[in-house]
Amino acid sequence: MKHRITLALAGLMLMGMIMASAVQLAAADGEGLRIPKVVEAGSALSIPTSAAGKAVLYIVSPAQVLRRNVEPGEAIVIEPGALHNAGHYLALLISQGATDKAEFNVVAARQPASVNFLAKPSRLPVSRPDGISGVAYVFDVFRNLVLEPTPVSFQLSDSAGVTQTRSVATHNGVGWSKMNSAPKAGAAQFQVSVGSVAEKRVVQQVPGDPCNLKMSGQRSGQRMILETAPVRDCSGNAVSDGTIITFTQTYNGRSEATVDVPLKRDVARTEMPARDGAVISVATGVVLGNEIRVGAQR
Amino acid sequence: MRTTSQLLARRPGKLFPLACAIMGGLLLSGFAQPTVRVDADAVGPRSLEEQTKTAVVRDYLQAWKSMSEALQENRADLLDTSYLGLAKEKLAEAVREQQELGMKVRYRDLSHHLNIVFYSPEGLSVQLLDTVEYDMQIVDHDQVLAPQHVRARYVAVLTPTEVRWKVRVFRAQPE
Repeated sequence: MKHRITLALAGLMLMGMIMASAVQLAAADGEGLRIPKVVEAGSALSIPTSAAGKAVLYIVSPAQVLRRNVEPGEAIVIEPGALHNAGHYLALLISQGATDKAEFNVVAARQPASVNFLAKPSRLPVSRPDGISGVAYVFDVFRNLVLEPTPVSFQLSDSAGVTQTRSVATHNGVGWSKMNSAPKAGAAQFQVSVGSVAEKRVVQQVPGDPCNLKMSGQRSGQRMILETAPVRDCSGNAVSDGTIITFTQTYNGRSEATVDVPLKRDVARTEMPARDGAVISVATGVVLGNEIRVGAQR
Repeated sequence: MRTTSQLLARRPGKLFPLACAIMGGLLLSGFAQPTVRVDADAVGPRSLEEQTKTAVVRDYLQAWKSMSEALQENRADLLDTSYLGLAKEKLAEAVREQQELGMKVRYRDLSHHLNIVFYSPEGLSVQLLDTVEYDMQIVDHDQVLAPQHVRARYVAVLTPTEVRWKVRVFRAQPE
């Protein structure tokens, strides 16, 4: 019986030793580490300790990990720049038989140092209200998202020199705005400014759909020579070369011939058989132009 | 050859350690899923479709899993599936620091309260706030410290890639 008790005690002691070496339990929480609740990224930090013996300080978060050996009675100094990633940190001071802990936040530096600018689309038709969107994410020098409200200015300057400006404040690090595309086609400069930091994107504003598609025809023997007037959008911009113009000839309501012609220098030209009584129409996309009756024009 | 039922009937105690080991393994491997609550009432300016919301939440939770695995195993490559850009660089930097210090940190997320607050006009970024509770345990060489319970608020920005939403910005903010 005595032998069994001795064995059981020895077993318990062995288990205890294994557990003690494997898991250092927080035997007694100390007074707590004196760390400010909020620390600016990159700033120096001095943490006073009252550890009687040697200790180890861990400062841990998914953003960053630091470890410092601590001599008895000495304050722990975190050098400027050492703690630079914004995040929620847990500080643990492990000394003989005691664990002190503190939680604190490292926040982004207030001064914006860079901006991540998404401008969409890169190409769009002219005169589209709220057609262009800009989204800006503001970062500090350590590339931490600046969550404090920060003024952001969006500027869209078109090829005629006309500028639209919108100013917003960021919310949770993001500011956004929508702008109208200009009536005049051409490359527009889309810029976002945050303090002294600016980022620029180019937005290509292309002519819109053709407006008032008109053609004229001239009989030349057995052929009709057809030509459109210069094709422009509703703002007067020349529609891009290559835009397909479709000429269709019908006779007695039946389609007889269709010709697709790309615009070249603002106009489209083609020839069709001149059959008396036939009707020739012109269209591009969903825009319908005028009609010509062969034998008499209308 | 004895069947399991025969073994259970004759010596039930023999299977107990095996069952414990299986249960322990399942728990450690993340069998215990975190509780998740999602609010998306105030999202804008673009309206968020239900399908998009589901995908964003699913991929964000997967990102926590990837991060936990990467920081527990000190393998930055495990971040590739869920992170890109700044978030990936910063987490990879933390993995590198842990490696240099001979440390590993185990994170186990217990609950998430997600609030989707921003869906950009062109649909290229989603921002969410996450009030998360998790346990973290530091392993310094052979020394395993006691687990610590942490509650924090995270801001994440996700952007769509070919097959999933990936985390581009990931940082905690004071509550």
